[in-house]
Amino acid sequence: MRFIDEYRDPAAARAYARALARIVTRPWTLMEVCGGQTHAIVKFGIDELLPPEITLVHGPGCPVCVTPLELIEKAIRIASIPNVIFCSFGDMLRVPGNSKDLLSVKAAGGAIRIVYSPLDCLKIARENPEREVVFFAVGFETTAPANAMAVIQARRLGLKNFSLLVSHVLVPPAIETILSSPSNRVQAFLAAGHVCAVMGYEEYVPIARKYRVPIVVTGFEPLDILQGVYMSVEQLEQGRAEVENQYARCVHKEGNSAAKDLIRDVFRVVPRKWRGVGEIAQSGLGVREEYIDFDAEMRFAVSDFAVEESPECVSGQILQGIKKPHECPAFGTLCTPEHPLGATMVSSEGACAAYYRYRRTSVRASNMVPSGAETHGSRE
Amino acid sequence: MDHENKNDISSFACPIPISQYPNVLLAHGGGGRLTHELIEKMFLPAFANPLLEARHDGAVFAVGSQKLAFTTDSYVVRPLFFPGGNIGTLAVNGTINDLAMCGARPLVLSAGFILEEGLPMDTLWRVTQAMREATLQAHVHLATGDTKVVDRGKGDGIFINTSGIGIVEHNLVIAPRSVRQDDVVILSGDIGRHGMAIMAAREGLEFETTIESDCASLAGLVLAMLDAGIEIHCLRDLTRGGLASALIEIAEAAEIQIRIEEAAVPLLEEVRGACEILGFDPFYVANEGRFVCFVPPRDTQRALAILRSHGLGAQACIIGTVAGDKEGSVTLKTRIGATRIVDAISGEQLPRIC
Repeated sequence: MRFIDEYRDPAAARAYARALARIVTRPWTLMEVCGGQTHAIVKFGIDELLPPEITLVHGPGCPVCVTPLELIEKAIRIASIPNVIFCSFGDMLRVPGNSKDLLSVKAAGGAIRIVYSPLDCLKIARENPEREVVFFAVGFETTAPANAMAVIQARRLGLKNFSLLVSHVLVPPAIETILSSPSNRVQAFLAAGHVCAVMGYEEYVPIARKYRVPIVVTGFEPLDILQGVYMSVEQLEQGRAEVENQYARCVHKEGNSAAKDLIRDVFRVVPRKWRGVGEIAQSGLGVREEYIDFDAEMRFAVSDFAVEESPECVSGQILQGIKKPHECPAFGTLCTPEHPLGATMVSSEGACAAYYRYRRTSVRASNMVPSGAETHGSRE
Repeated sequence: MDHENKNDISSFACPIPISQYPNVLLAHGGGGRLTHELIEKMFLPAFANPLLEARHDGAVFAVGSQKLAFTTDSYVVRPLFFPGGNIGTLAVNGTINDLAMCGARPLVLSAGFILEEGLPMDTLWRVTQAMREATLQAHVHLATGDTKVVDRGKGDGIFINTSGIGIVEHNLVIAPRSVRQDDVVILSGDIGRHGMAIMAAREGLEFETTIESDCASLAGLVLAMLDAGIEIHCLRDLTRGGLASALIEIAEAAEIQIRIEEAAVPLLEEVRGACEILGFDPFYVANEGRFVCFVPPRDTQRALAILRSHGLGAQACIIGTVAGDKEGSVTLKTRIGATRIVDAISGEQLPRIC
C-alpha cells in the first residue's frame, strides 16, 4: 500500500538502526509526545531496534489519558440526562469516571452514539430537534478544527440543540511543563506530526532555544519514528538544540492556516487541568464568548460532585516520562484494561495499555530483575 | 470457612463481581476478554459437564457407534444486508462452519426466527431466500424451525438462531489439546473482510469501499482435507474476535506458544486501508469465511495444495508454527522484525480519536 509500505520496510528500518548505532556515543533519553507514536513504537517493536544507549519515554499526547476525571464525570452525568443524545469518539466510552463509564450509561439506557466526525452530530441534531445533542470535543490541536467547524455550521444552520463538551488541550505548554519539572529527564522531543500539520512548528522554536532541547517534528510510521530518533540523536551528539521537521510530507512550517483560523474563531486559549499532571496555564481551548450558546458546560449545570483519583495510579508520572508503565506496582495486577485505575490503561494510545497489550510477558520478566541491576528503558 | 461445602451460599452468588459489571455490556458479547470471562465464570460452572469443558465451537459425542457434532449460534447483525451477504447467509454458514470446525459433515439445521413487529415481509423473504441458497450450496437440510414476533422496538428487525447437527466420520480428535509442538498454522485466506464490510455499510460511517464480506461455508474445504487423510490437529473459524482471538483461545486451551509472522498474513489492500483509517488492527476484525488449521509438518504441503485447489482457499498460507513452551501465548514477529505478544482485547475495537 502506497504511503504505508515504504515506511514499514524492514531493511530500511534495520539500516536506520545501524546508522543510529554508529552516531550514538552515550546515553540519551527521548520523549515521543504523541500517543499514536507510543502505540506504533510498542506495536512494531521499534524500540527493540534501537541501540541500548537510547531510551524512549512516553509523553502526554494521548487525549483520552489527559482528559481530567472531572470532565469525564461531567460527560457521564450529561449523558445520563434523559433528553440528551451524547456523541463521542469511540475510545472515550471506556474511560471510567467516579463509578462508571459511558458504556455503562449506554447499557443502562442512555443515548450514547459513537461518531466518526463532529459533523455527524449536526445531522443527529437536525433529525432530533426535540433532543439535546452533545459532542464530547476531546483532543489536541488535531481535532480542534473539525470541532470548530461543527460549531460554525451549527450556527449557520440555526441549530439550537447542539453543544460541545470541550476538553481540548495544547501540546507546547505540556512540553514546557515537562521541561521545567525538577525531575525531568527528557533530553529531546519527537513532536507530534499531526498536531504540527495543523499548527506548524514555529511555536516550538522558543522552547527548543529556552531549554536547549532538540525538537523533531515526527510522523507515525516505523521509519518516520526511527528517522525522528536519528535526527534527535544527531542533534544531541552535535550539541545542537533546534526544531527540525522529519514529517515534511505532511507538515509545513506555518501549518494549515485555514484550520488555525477556524480554531481561533471558535475557541480561546484557557488554563486546563491535565489528568495526572494538574492545571497548566494557557494549555487548553475553551469556547469563545461569541459561541457560548454551544458550550455544554454552560447549558447543563452539572458540577456539584467531587472526584477522586486512585491513589495507586502513577499515570501523572508516566505522562511526564518520569516513570514507565511497568515501573508501577499496580501494572498488570490491580490495574488492567478491564479494570483500569487510570486513563493511561484505558485508551488504546495510552502507554500502560500499549505495554499491557504488546509486551506484558516480557515486562513481567524484566520486573523480576533485582533492583540495582538497572534494565535499560528501551530494552525491557 | 468451610470450603468442602459446595452448597454454601457463596456458590449461589453471581461469580462476576456486581460492583464491576452490574449490567451486561456490549463487550460481553464481543468475543474478547469479557465474553471469555462470562463463559468461564458464569456459564461453564453453571452447566459443568465434560462436553462443555472441551470449550470448542460445538460438542462432539457418540450415539451408539456413530459420532455426532452439535452446535448452536445466534445472529444479530446491523445492517441486516451488507455487501457479500445478509443475516440469513450468516446464520446458515456460521453454524455450518461451527460443525466443520469439529471436523463434522453438516447434516441438518434448525432455525429460530425472532422478528420485530412491522418488519417488511419483503425483507424476511429476501433473508429466507438467502438461507435457502446457502443450505442448498452446503447440502444441508433446514429440518426444523420456530418463529416468534416481538413488539415493535423490542427487536432489531430479525434475530436468527440456528443449531446444527453433523456427523463425524474420522477418528481424529480435532481440538486444542491435540495441537503439538512444531505443528504448522495454516490460514485459509485473507482476513478482515466481513468486519470491514459491515463497518462500511453501517450508518454514519461515510466511506466508500468495494469490500465484500467473506461469508461462506467452510465445510467443503475441511471435508476435502479430511477425505485426503490430512492429520488435522485443530481447526478454528475466525469470527468476531478475528485471527488474534482465535489463536489466543487455542494457545491458552492447549498451553502452547503460537508464533506467527505479521507479514505472512494476507490482507486485501482495501481492508488494510480501511483499518489504517479507522485505527483498527485487522488481526481483531471479524471474518465469516476463514479458518486456521493446525497440522503436523509432514502434512503441511498436502493440506495447502488441497486448500488452494478450492476457490475459497486459493490464498491459503502458512502463518506460523507451534513452539513447545507451556505458556499459552501468541507471539508475533512484526513487519520490521521485532517480536511482541498478541493479546486478547477487551471489548470491541473502537475507532480512535486521531
